[in-house]
Amino acid sequence: MSQKILLDKINVPGIKTYEVYRREGGYTSVEKALKSMTPDDVVEEVKKSGLRGRGGAGFPAGMKWSFIDKKSGKPRHLVCNADESEPGTFKDRYLMEFIPHLLIEGMITSSFALGANRSYIYIRGEYMWVFKILERAIAEAKAAGWLGKNILGTGYDLELHVHCGAGAYICGEETALIESLEGKRGNPRIKPPFPAVSGLWANPTVVNNVETIAAVPWIVNNSGDDYAKIGIGRSTGTKLISASGNVKNPGVYEIELGLSVDEFMNSDEYLGGMSTNRPLKALVPGGSSVPILPADLIFKTANGEDRLMTYESLSDGGFATGSMLGSGGFIVYDDTACIVRNTWNFSRFYHHESCGQCTPCREGTGWLEKVLWRIENGLGREEDIDLLWSIQSKIEGNTICPLGDAASWPVAAAIRHFREEFEYHVRFPERIKNRDHFVAEPFEKVRHLVAKQTV
Amino acid sequence: MKVTIDGQEIEVAPGTTILQAARMIGGESVPPAMCYYSKLEKTGGKCRCCLVEVAKGSDADPRPMPKLMASCVTGCMDGMEVNSKNSERVREARQSVTEFLLINHPLDCPICDQAGECDLQDLSFEHGKSKTRFIEEKRTFEPEDIGPNIQLHMNRCILCQRCVAVADQLTDNRVHGVLDRGDHANISTCISKAIDNEFSGNMIDVCPVGALTDKTFRFKSRVWFNKPYNAHRDCDKCCGKTTVWMFGDEIQRVTGRKDVYHEVEEFICNECRFEHKDPADWVIEGPRKFDKDSVINQNNYTREMETVHIATEEGILKGREQDRKKISMTAIPLDQKEQEEFKNGNL
Repeated sequence: MSQKILLDKINVPGIKTYEVYRREGGYTSVEKALKSMTPDDVVEEVKKSGLRGRGGAGFPAGMKWSFIDKKSGKPRHLVCNADESEPGTFKDRYLMEFIPHLLIEGMITSSFALGANRSYIYIRGEYMWVFKILERAIAEAKAAGWLGKNILGTGYDLELHVHCGAGAYICGEETALIESLEGKRGNPRIKPPFPAVSGLWANPTVVNNVETIAAVPWIVNNSGDDYAKIGIGRSTGTKLISASGNVKNPGVYEIELGLSVDEFMNSDEYLGGMSTNRPLKALVPGGSSVPILPADLIFKTANGEDRLMTYESLSDGGFATGSMLGSGGFIVYDDTACIVRNTWNFSRFYHHESCGQCTPCREGTGWLEKVLWRIENGLGREEDIDLLWSIQSKIEGNTICPLGDAASWPVAAAIRHFREEFEYHVRFPERIKNRDHFVAEPFEKVRHLVAKQTV
Repeated sequence: MKVTIDGQEIEVAPGTTILQAARMIGGESVPPAMCYYSKLEKTGGKCRCCLVEVAKGSDADPRPMPKLMASCVTGCMDGMEVNSKNSERVREARQSVTEFLLINHPLDCPICDQAGECDLQDLSFEHGKSKTRFIEEKRTFEPEDIGPNIQLHMNRCILCQRCVAVADQLTDNRVHGVLDRGDHANISTCISKAIDNEFSGNMIDVCPVGALTDKTFRFKSRVWFNKPYNAHRDCDKCCGKTTVWMFGDEIQRVTGRKDVYHEVEEFICNECRFEHKDPADWVIEGPRKFDKDSVINQNNYTREMETVHIATEEGILKGREQDRKKISMTAIPLDQKEQEEFKNGNL
């Protein structure tokens, strides 16, 4: 049994309520931080812990905190990014729905560390019921004196607000989130200036994922070094993984980083293997925007080492043979899944969610989707596969925000690892007309049709 | 601060962007800009046409920047080395941005009032290809009437958002903006026909393509058939300094005076732009000069025009003497036999 940091108390009845949460040792990190530590001590502990941003990019949280501009004398803000919209990711919802006070405790402690007196939780509009849970939890915390003026008599003031998004994936990008929070259209800003210098209301701002902030109370209660002991190398601590797809036990799991993918997939403690008696075909390890991995690269890296659930191991081999840990949206496919259809589905999502501000993403995502739709529906041409490759390479890296990259990586990886499947769709349009074309006839059975032959 | 762009060094003040520095140098290394407008704040960074490669960040931190940077919003650092036209990567990126801008553009230049002074035409002339790889149906929008003076063609729009910046920065109440998102993002008014502001006409001047055009000039002439003159009048609302576009003695269009980067020198009011089409209202200063290579200059009357001679036989278009008689001369009627042959062919 591995160590649980975030979900340790999740099964305690009534943990949603303030009384139970407090009885179980909640809000001790606030007491400890406010009464016996300076803000810089807290930042130092988080730095020592090696905690990395859990939203997807994996940027060290302590370092991000230390960038915040304290010299300007402007008010500072902490914003919690709860706009969890990545297809395949649902860990933050689980955390906020079942143990909301953990996030609020984390927000108070982190805001103290940053010297922020007004902090925000930006939650996606689709999580309306969670929004209400958080509102109630904040009211409870305020009634108990953890928020408001002069918290615990230390002279530290903090107001915490929950703000509801209106259904845009792009608002998970930190600058778009800030724009949206300011009441504007959620378009990403051009960086620099970075939010740490000029963010919300042009004040220094830190934007962190829910899971990142929820890990802070444990780090403060114990120590950064204790946190750093968990995990391997630069991947410290625990990570929530939201597993979905063709596995026996889908759901949210807290794992210690460094667990092997094999154990996570197949042990009964976690996913318990495939839900069907079909073989594993592919894996998306970190939410829809990370590259998909084919079966032979899931458990072993390209140089034959065990693939581990860490930032480094999952990205081992770069994009050629690796992927990314991303936000931890672990999507498993058996051989009935059609990679072309899946890629089209992801592309459709990015087409729908592109904000329309910069040219490559606005025009390119729509183009990708249209071409993939044609291939999936038997209208593809042989040159379309190279066209897709060319379009995605032209979007990547040329956009304002990472949505363009997120839209191109899955397409690139699908073509890189499953090119034969695209060729099959193009060359045998009659066979793929049925929406479930790989259910009766998995690709392995028809692979010989598109195999290169020497006559 | 010293900056090197395509091997040319220039001394600039702190806070200058790479694009501004390149414009100070001038010439071929100036990146094209579709959304940046130096007279408007907070424009730029969106179209990605002006991407450049920063080969050396600065003297203090000589590492190159991994991604291509939008030159209009990237500030210069001391000792920075930038590759614009010299870099293969940059040329490729500009080509791809051009392709992206054109896939959903209607390419209706033959009937577009902007043709001839269109930034997108210039961009595709420089960086575009003559072939398309886009076989899908183009994205289109329902036509919308945004007011009495300005014609909106949303299909042509490239969403540079300059017109939004004009409305924000020159007028008090902005009633139009970007609606929807992704490739369906569009410029629209909250209430139809709502744009009614004394300085709204400047949206036409800042629009790099034919998305916003002058209703009083609609389909009147191609821009290169007009003779542009600098003119001014006493105006209590604006500077009154304009370019009038004349055809014979008629003023067909009034615009702001645009510089070499197609940016107006000074914004003008709607009264000057739309209501004074009588030459008596204006003091004509003299011909407006345009770049040598621009389309508008192709019809430059200050230069001697040569008559076109087709190097072919004299009088070839008239046909042979006997043929003309047979076919077209009713004075010489055909006889019975000839009529029959003419009808059925000479079998």
